Amino acid sequence: MIRRAAPVAVVMLAVLVVWYAASVWLNYDTAANLADEGATRWQIVGDTMRLDRPLLPAPHQIVAEMITSIFGYPPDNPRSLLYHAAVTAYAAGVGFAIALALGVVLAVGIVHVRTLERSLMLWIIASQTVPVLAIAPMVVVVLGNIGLRGMLPKALIAGWLSFFPITTGMVTGLRAPDPMQRDLMRTYSASGRQVFAMLRWPASMAFLFPSLKVAAALALVGAIVAELPTGAQAGLGARLLTGSYYGQTLQIWAALFAAALLALLAIAMIDLAQSGLVRRRGGRL
Amino acid sequence: MNAGVALLLLAIGGPVLLALLARSDGRAGRVATPLVFGALVLLAWQVVCAGFGVPKILLPTPSEVALAIAHHVPMLAADFMQTVVRSVLPGWLIGCGSGLLAAILLDRSEFLRRGVLPLGSLVSAMPIVGVAPIMVMWFGFDWQSKAAVVVVMTFFPMLVNATAGLASTGAMERDLMRSYAARDWQTLFKLRLPNALPFIFNALKLNSTLALIGAIVAEFFGTPIVGMGFRISTEVARMNLDVVWAEITLAAVVGSASFAVLALIERTVTFWHPSFRT
Repeated sequence: MIRRAAPVAVVMLAVLVVWYAASVWLNYDTAANLADEGATRWQIVGDTMRLDRPLLPAPHQIVAEMITSIFGYPPDNPRSLLYHAAVTAYAAGVGFAIALALGVVLAVGIVHVRTLERSLMLWIIASQTVPVLAIAPMVVVVLGNIGLRGMLPKALIAGWLSFFPITTGMVTGLRAPDPMQRDLMRTYSASGRQVFAMLRWPASMAFLFPSLKVAAALALVGAIVAELPTGAQAGLGARLLTGSYYGQTLQIWAALFAAALLALLAIAMIDLAQSGLVRRRGGRL
Repeated sequence: MNAGVALLLLAIGGPVLLALLARSDGRAGRVATPLVFGALVLLAWQVVCAGFGVPKILLPTPSEVALAIAHHVPMLAADFMQTVVRSVLPGWLIGCGSGLLAAILLDRSEFLRRGVLPLGSLVSAMPIVGVAPIMVMWFGFDWQSKAAVVVVMTFFPMLVNATAGLASTGAMERDLMRSYAARDWQTLFKLRLPNALPFIFNALKLNSTLALIGAIVAEFFGTPIVGMGFRISTEVARMNLDVVWAEITLAAVVGSASFAVLALIERTVTFWHPSFRT
C-alpha cells in the first residue's frame, strides 16, 4: 500500500508546489496594482493568494470556494454548487443509461446478425471521428423548438457520446470466447441462446467494465457541453459559462473540480459494481 | 401520400438489399454494404424531410445542406483555416509531442512513473474541455487559447498510451539488446520506441478527434468572428440550420480524413505488426 501510495503522494505534492508558485507568478501584477503604495514585496506575494478574481487561484482558495458554495446554501438554492452538480449528474446519468441499453443491444445485434455488422460497424467507427460535441448546441436548440427542454436533450447528447465505447467493448467481449470454448458448448449440444447466456455474456463482462468507465467520463463531458448553448440556466456547464462571462475564476475552478469529483464518483461506483460481480462469481470476472 | 409510399418502399427494400449485399463475401460486398447503408439513410432523410414538410429550422434536407456548402465555400474555408490549421494542428502537435517526450523521460525513473501514471489516467477520465474558459481568459480570444485547450486535452492520452507502449517490450527482446551490449538510448530507439508505435498511433488517432472537439468547444467561450465553433453557435441562434449542417459536414470530413491519414501512415510505419500481416 505504502509502496504504491508514496510515489503518487510525492508527485501530488510537487504539483501543489508548482501550482502555488505559478499562482504567485501569474497573479503578481494584479496584486501589485491593487496593493497600497508602501507595500513590501512579501505583502504583495501574500496578496496574490487572496484576490477575488485571480488569474490562477491558489488551491486552498478553490477548496474554500467549493466549501462555501456546497455548504453555504441549501442544496435547492441556485447558488449552491451541489444543486448544479446534481443537475449535471442527473442528465449524465440518464444519458449513460440510454447509452448502456443502446450499446448492449447494438453489440448483441452486431455479433449475431451479419447484415447489421456489415452495415453498421463502419458507421459506428466513423461516428466517433466526427466531433459529436460540435452538434450539441444544434441538438439542444432543435429539440427545444419541438418542445423538448431541460434534462432530456442533454441526456441524449451524453448518451450519443458514450454509447460508442460500450458498443465496441461489448462486441469485443461477446467475441472473446475462443473456438475451443465454443466447440465445448457445441459438444454439449447447447442452443444458440445457451451459448449466449452461459458463454458469450459472462465473457463480455471483463470488457464491459473498462468501457463503462470511459463511457461515464464521456457522458459527463456531453452533459456539461450540452449545457453551454441554452443560455445555461443550471448545471456545471452553466457555472463554467457564467463564470467566464463575468470573470469569476474561482467559480470556474470550483465547477471544474466539482466535475472532476463527479467523474471520480462515477468511476468509483462502476468499480463497486464490478467488485460486487466479481464476488458473486467467486473471485473472477 | 407519395412520400409515405416512398418511405414504405425504403423501409422494406433497404434491409432486403442490405441483407443480399451482406451475404456476398467478396471485397465488393464488404465495401458496398456500409456505403449502401449510408446512402439509404441519406435517402430516407431526404424523403422524410421533403415529403412530410419538416420545417427547415428543425432539420434541413441533405440537398439543402449540399446547396449551403456550395454557397458558402469561402466562409467554410476561412473557418477551416481558423479552427483546423491555426488551432487544432499546432495544439495537436505540441500536445502529442510533449506527451511523448514526457513518457520517454518518465521511463527513466520507476518512482516517477508509478507516481504520475495513476494521476495521468485520472486526469484522462476528467472532463478536461472544462478548462476552455480558463484558457480563453489566459490566452485571449484568438487561436492561441484554442491551441492551449487542445494541448491540455491531447497531452494525457499520449502520456498514458506511450508509457504503456514503452513498457510493452518483452524481457526476451531486452535481453537480446543487452547481449549486443546496446546502450540505453540504442535500446530506446531501435527496440522500445518502434515497439511502442502501435500504442502511440492509437493515441494520435484518439487525439485527432479530441483536438477537434477541444478547439470547437473552446470557441463557444469566446472567439474572433471566424471559426467552426463560432459559426455553429451563431448560426444555430439565427436558425440557419443548413449552414450549421454544412459546418458539421466539414467537421465530419476533417475528422474522418485525419483519422484515415493517420491510419494510412500507421500501416506503412508499423507494417511488421501482427494486426496488419495477413
